Amino acid sequence: MAEHIQTSHAAPKGFIRKYIFSTDHKVIGIQYFFLALTAALVGLVMSLLIRLRLAWPASRWPMLEAIFPDGFKDGLMQPEFYLAMVTMHGTIMVFMVLTTAPQSGFGNYFLPIQIGARDMAFPVLNMLSFWITFLSFVVLIAALFVVGGAPLGGWTFYPTLSAIPSTGPGQALGADLWIVSIALFCVASLLGALNFITTTLNMRTHGMTLMRMPLSCWGWFTTAVIALLAFPVLLAAGILLLLDRNAGTGFFIPSGVSVSGNLIPGGGGSTLLWQHLFWFFGHPEVYIAILPGMGATSHILATFARKPIFGHKAMVVAMFAIGLLGFLVWGHHMFISGMNPKVAIAFSVLTLVIGVPSAVKTFNWLGTLWGGRIRFTTPMLFAIGFVSLFVAGGVTGLVLGQTALDVVFHDTHFVTGHFHLIMGVAAIFGIFAATYYWFPKMFARTMNEPLGKVHFWLTFVGVYAIFIPFHILGIAGHPRRYADSTGYEFLRALDPLHVFITIAAFATAAAQLVFLINFFWSLFKGKRASDNPWEATTLEWSTPTPVPHENFGELLPIVHRMPYEYSVPGAEKDYLMQAE
Amino acid sequence: MFEFILHRSSFLLPNMGRLLAILIWLITAGTIAFFAWAKTKSGWWFPEAISTHAAAMDSQFKITWIVVGLAFFGAQVALGYAVWKFRAKGNERASYNEGNTRMEIVLVAITAVVFITLAVTGQRVWAGLHLNQAPPDAVQVEVTGQQFNWYFRHPGADARFGSTSPKLYNDADNTAGARPGPLGIDPKDPSGADDIVGQTLVIPVNRPISLTLRAKDVTHDFFVPALRLKQDAVPGLKINLHFTATKEGRYEVACAELCGQLHHQMRAYMRVVSQAEFDKWLSENAPK
Repeated sequence: MAEHIQTSHAAPKGFIRKYIFSTDHKVIGIQYFFLALTAALVGLVMSLLIRLRLAWPASRWPMLEAIFPDGFKDGLMQPEFYLAMVTMHGTIMVFMVLTTAPQSGFGNYFLPIQIGARDMAFPVLNMLSFWITFLSFVVLIAALFVVGGAPLGGWTFYPTLSAIPSTGPGQALGADLWIVSIALFCVASLLGALNFITTTLNMRTHGMTLMRMPLSCWGWFTTAVIALLAFPVLLAAGILLLLDRNAGTGFFIPSGVSVSGNLIPGGGGSTLLWQHLFWFFGHPEVYIAILPGMGATSHILATFARKPIFGHKAMVVAMFAIGLLGFLVWGHHMFISGMNPKVAIAFSVLTLVIGVPSAVKTFNWLGTLWGGRIRFTTPMLFAIGFVSLFVAGGVTGLVLGQTALDVVFHDTHFVTGHFHLIMGVAAIFGIFAATYYWFPKMFARTMNEPLGKVHFWLTFVGVYAIFIPFHILGIAGHPRRYADSTGYEFLRALDPLHVFITIAAFATAAAQLVFLINFFWSLFKGKRASDNPWEATTLEWSTPTPVPHENFGELLPIVHRMPYEYSVPGAEKDYLMQAE
Repeated sequence: MFEFILHRSSFLLPNMGRLLAILIWLITAGTIAFFAWAKTKSGWWFPEAISTHAAAMDSQFKITWIVVGLAFFGAQVALGYAVWKFRAKGNERASYNEGNTRMEIVLVAITAVVFITLAVTGQRVWAGLHLNQAPPDAVQVEVTGQQFNWYFRHPGADARFGSTSPKLYNDADNTAGARPGPLGIDPKDPSGADDIVGQTLVIPVNRPISLTLRAKDVTHDFFVPALRLKQDAVPGLKINLHFTATKEGRYEVACAELCGQLHHQMRAYMRVVSQAEFDKWLSENAPK
C-alpha cells in the first residue's frame, strides 16, 4: 500500500480556529452532526404539519395562523403551504439529514481514526465542505421566507412546473433559492467525496489493508465513490434549470408550453431530460443515504453479537455491487414518464437484480447474530431495528421495480411507505445506532441506557405504525402529494387511516423528546466514558477518550488483524483489538 | 417518572432479547393481519378492476405479493429467533464463525432466479400495454392535461382530429363546440369541425380505446385506478396508450403527478357506456 507521510500540526489555540473554522476532522464531524440534528428537527416539524392537513383537511388552526399568517389563511392550511412543506420536508431530510449525518458526520469523525490516520487527506477542503453545506442549509431555509413562498414542486423538482415561475405560488424566488441551495450542497458533497476517497486509499496505517478495514469504512468509502459520480450530474442539472428560469434557455421547456393562457417563449427542451439527470443522481442518492447505515449496522452487530461478520468479503462485494447497480436503475423512477417502454424493461430487470446483494446483506446480518452472545445495548437494539426495517422497506421494492405493477403503484402512497421505511427510518435507525454507539468516543460521556431503550421501543413500534398503513393507502390508489383527498369518492373510505397515521406520527415524534433529553443531558451530565466501553476491537477504541488532537500519540497504531475478532477460540479475552 | 425510568427499567435488561424477539414477531404478525383485514374492508384495497389487462396485472401482483410476504415473514421470524436464542449468558463465548461461502452462493442463486423471474414475467402485461399497437378499429380519444383540468377530445364522424396550435389556445371559451377553444383547434382545418371536446371521458364498453396524452403547461398524470392505468401527460410529447374497459359505470380520473397548487383537485369522470349509448352521446354532442 501507498506510503503516506502524515504531517503533524500543533493544535490550534483560539476558540474560532478550534471550534468554528476548524480543520480537525473530529470537530467537523461534530459540526455536521449538529447541523443534521437541527435539520432533522425542522424536517420533523414539517412532517407533522403535513400530517395535520392530511388527517383533518378542513380544520382550522388559529394558533398556527399566528405563526404562518400566509400558510394558514383563516386558520385553514393552504394547499400551497402543504405542498411547500412536502417539498421542504423531503429536501431537508434527504440532503441535510440522510446525506449529512451518516456520511459527513460520523464518517468525518471516525473514518480517519478507524484507518489509523491523523486527519483527513485535505483538512482545509474538509472545513470548506462543511461551511458550504452550512451555507446551503441557510439558503434552503431562506426559501421558506421569501416573497412568493417556498417552492412546492416536490424534492424531485420536475420541470416545467419548476422551470416556469408563472406556474403558480412558490415558483418564484423560493424555487431559485432551492436550486442554489442544492447546487451548493452538490459542491460540498463533491469536495467531501474526494476527501473521503483519498483518505481511504492513501492514509491507512501500517497493516490496515483494504480487507482489514471495518465495514463502516467500506460504507463511507463506497458512498464517497457514489457521491463523486452522482452529485456532479445533479449540479449540472441544477445549473441548467437555473438558466431556464432566469436566462430563458429552455433546456427543460419544450416548445408550445402555455401557462394560464400565456405562451412560454423559447422552448426546444425536454422535461424528460431533467428526470433522467435528476434520477441519475437521485437513485444513487438512496444508497448514499443507506450505505453508511449499513456499514455502521454491520460494525455494531459484530461488536455486540461478539462475533466476526458472517461473510466479511461478501459484505464488501455486496456493498460495491449495490453501489454499481445503483447507477444502472434510475429509469425505474420513470416507467410511466413517457420514456421508451423498451428501455423500461431493462431498468426493471436490473432493479430486481439489486435485490440479490441486498438479500446477501440481510442474510449475513442474520448470520452474524446466529450463534452470537448478544449484548442488548441501545446501539445494538437500533442496529437490529435497522435490519428489520431494511427488510420491511426493501421487500416492496420487488413490487415497485416491476414495470407493470409500477403502473398501478407509481406516485401513490405505496411508494411513500416503501421509501420512508427503507431510506427514511431504516437510515435514521442507522444514525441512532451510530449515535448511541459512538457518543462515548465523541463526547467522552455515555448516554443513559434505560432512556435509550425507552426511545428505541417507542420509535420502533411507532415507525411501523406510521408507514405500514401507507401501503394500504397506495393499494387503494391514493396518489401522493394530495393536499386533500376528500374530493375523491374512491378515497373517502381511507380517511380513518389518515387520522391513524397522524396520531402515530405525533406519538412517535413525541418519543424523540426522550432522545433529545437523553442526548443533551448526557452531553453535560452523562457518566464519564472509558476508552473502550463496549469492549470493541477497532482503532477508534484504541485511542484515549477524549480523543487527542491528531488522534493517536506519537506513533500511529499498527494493525495486526481483521476488524471483528470477537470470541476467538483460545484467546484470553473475548475480543482481540486490531492494534494489539 | 424520570428517576423511575432511569433506575427501575433496568430490571428489563436480562430479558431484553426475549422482549425484542416477541416485539419483532408481533409486528410481523400484526403487519400481515393488518393487510389481511384491509383486504376485506371496502375501499381499503384495489378498486374493482374493469379493464382487460387488469386481471393479468392483479395476478402478477398476487404472485409478487406472496414472494414479498414470504421474504418479509421469513427474515423477521429469523431475526426474532436470533435475538431470542443468542443472548449473552455470563462469560460464555460466541461461536467463532466467519461465514459460509456455499450458503452465500446458494442464496445468491435462489434470489437471483426468483427476482429475475418476477421481473421477466411482469413484462408481459407491460408489453401488452406499451409495445403492441392499438388495433386499427380502436376508439380514438385525445386527453389533454392543464392546470387543473382534463380535456377529452373525440375526433367525430370523420375519425380525424383537427390540427391544433398552442398559439390558438383560448381558455376563455371551453364549451364543446368552441373553436379554437382551450385545445387550440384550428378553425380553418375542416377535420376539426366535428371534434367533440369535453371534460368527462366517455367511452364504449368492450372496445379498444386508444388514448393520446398531451399536456399544455406542466406534467400531469392520467390515472384511473379501476382501469389499472397510469401514464404521464407531458408537455411537448404525445404519448399513446390503449386499453379496453369491460364494465359500464362511472369512474374517477385522478392526476397522479404533482402539477401545482391545486393538484389534488384535478379530477374528472370517466363514463363507460354501451355502444348504443356511446353512439347516441356522439351524435348529441357533435358540434352544430
